[in-house]
Amino acid sequence: MNNILSYSLFILALIAAGLISLSFGRVSLGGADIWAGLTAPADDPISMILFELRLPRVILGMLVGATLGLAGAALQGVLRNPLADPGIIGVSASAALGAVIAIHLGLAATWAFSVPLFAMSGALLATLILLLVTTRDSSVLMLILVGIGISSLATALISLVMNLSANPMTIRDMVMWMLGSLENRTMNDLWMAGPFILIGWAMMIGTGQGLNALSVGEEVAQTMGINLKWLKLRIIIGAALSVGAAVSICGAIGFIGLVVPHIVRALISREPGAILIPSALMGALLLTFADILTRLPVAGSPLRLGVVTALVGAPCFLYIIFHTRREMR
Amino acid sequence: MTGLLINNLNLTLGGTQILKDVSAAVNPGEMVGMIGPNGAGKSCFLKSVLGLNKPSSGRVTLKGQDLATMSLKERARWLAYAAQGAPLHWPLTVERLVALGRIPHLGPWQNLQPEDHGAIERALTITDCLHLKERTATTLSGGERARVLLARTLASGAAYILADEPVASLDPFHQLQVMDILKAHATAGGAVLVVLHDLGLAARTCDRLILLHEGQVIDQGPPAQILSDKNLSCFFGVSVSRWQENGESFLAPHAIHNGQSHL
Repeated sequence: MNNILSYSLFILALIAAGLISLSFGRVSLGGADIWAGLTAPADDPISMILFELRLPRVILGMLVGATLGLAGAALQGVLRNPLADPGIIGVSASAALGAVIAIHLGLAATWAFSVPLFAMSGALLATLILLLVTTRDSSVLMLILVGIGISSLATALISLVMNLSANPMTIRDMVMWMLGSLENRTMNDLWMAGPFILIGWAMMIGTGQGLNALSVGEEVAQTMGINLKWLKLRIIIGAALSVGAAVSICGAIGFIGLVVPHIVRALISREPGAILIPSALMGALLLTFADILTRLPVAGSPLRLGVVTALVGAPCFLYIIFHTRREMR
Repeated sequence: MTGLLINNLNLTLGGTQILKDVSAAVNPGEMVGMIGPNGAGKSCFLKSVLGLNKPSSGRVTLKGQDLATMSLKERARWLAYAAQGAPLHWPLTVERLVALGRIPHLGPWQNLQPEDHGAIERALTITDCLHLKERTATTLSGGERARVLLARTLASGAAYILADEPVASLDPFHQLQVMDILKAHATAGGAVLVVLHDLGLAARTCDRLILLHEGQVIDQGPPAQILSDKNLSCFFGVSVSRWQENGESFLAPHAIHNGQSHL
């Protein structure tokens, strides 16, 4: 597909998804309402719904979706493994551990920012461990094994914290947080996570050429002038910072990072470097739609975001794998 | 000072000394073959020249300049590597795969320029892959794949090509085709350093041979000198039959057991 055409389509779809997302919720807003709200003074009720409730949600959803798509594509490229996802380096589980600890300590009730702050700390700690290991041995196998190790440890510690929680309501809070949501997020969440997300993107987005070169293996890539160590560091740190920040805002969202690169590969290009930006855009688009689905009235209780992405993502993944299995060998 | 000079290269991997004081030269217009039994250190030698292995001592210079002082991309514009059985991790089209060869010439965000497309087209033509352009590279046959990977190497425009067993697992026709392409590169003023296991092919296609054994250069010179009965029995454990046909010399090895030839 033509580059400019596909990017224009993406942008149009994103704007449309954003507008639909703005109009959906407990109070339905039509196009005229949204326009009126955008131009009305700050104390207007519609304007308050838009700016205080819905706009942060739309922006955060797009940032998180783009992060998961981009990190998924970059990690699949650098690990040369179509099954890699942002969770593989253990940062998501570590962020979840931080959040669960904050909930366990009862900090969440007294200070709303404790959860994302603890989650961010968990993610940074995991990043540090990853860096310590990968600067010594940066082989793909080592990365995946250390990632799985960190992930398992964090999951074990999450179970321990839950085990020690006497209060069933606390455990419910933890489980609900881990299922993911964009509800009741504010601009303050955006200011806290935004910088880490943007730094992460900046580190990952320029790695396309190196990822393309890696298609023919690490050794040949190096003889093409690619600094392999630097490439790996950029992607690991970039993915860890941005995914850690994303998870700290809205919980662990599964399947977006795994599925989006496959969709983009089927639609746009099979070059690992060429799918980075389209994967970010596609991730933003899918997460926005998934977030709209969570607001549909189903069985009384609102659906959690991670549940929707997994429910939609897993069948998509199977379908794509079935259709591309021959080419992927 | 004109070509690629390798001076007293020593390489130790995991406590084992792989290369011992290896010195060699490859000059423009030359096709140099590197032969030696399995485990002699041939592949490690190529990788050390390319900077993939870090030698414990020794120097590699190109036109008098130390390779270690060149940037990675500058080095990549001079030396291209055709790896042994190179993997292919994504189902790229042949054209995009060959285009990877142009990476050393591109800035980090730069797209292919007209001269890059020219180089890709030429490499596809030389390797007889033009008709495969739109095919998915992971679906190619072994012979097609070897040619396409060679096209990637040629598209780089690098004068010096270092090829590690480029004909391994190819049928005789494709072996000759690949060697012809490499030979043509050398004849046109480039230089080729190629690791070969087929001694007959080495004798017929290379201008000069380097015999490596247990990490040391035993001998280097014209094929007739290097492929002597003594060298072949000493270092390969084979005796050979030789014959001439149409001005080309051929040889076929026999195994030696307890000093006696069978087969």
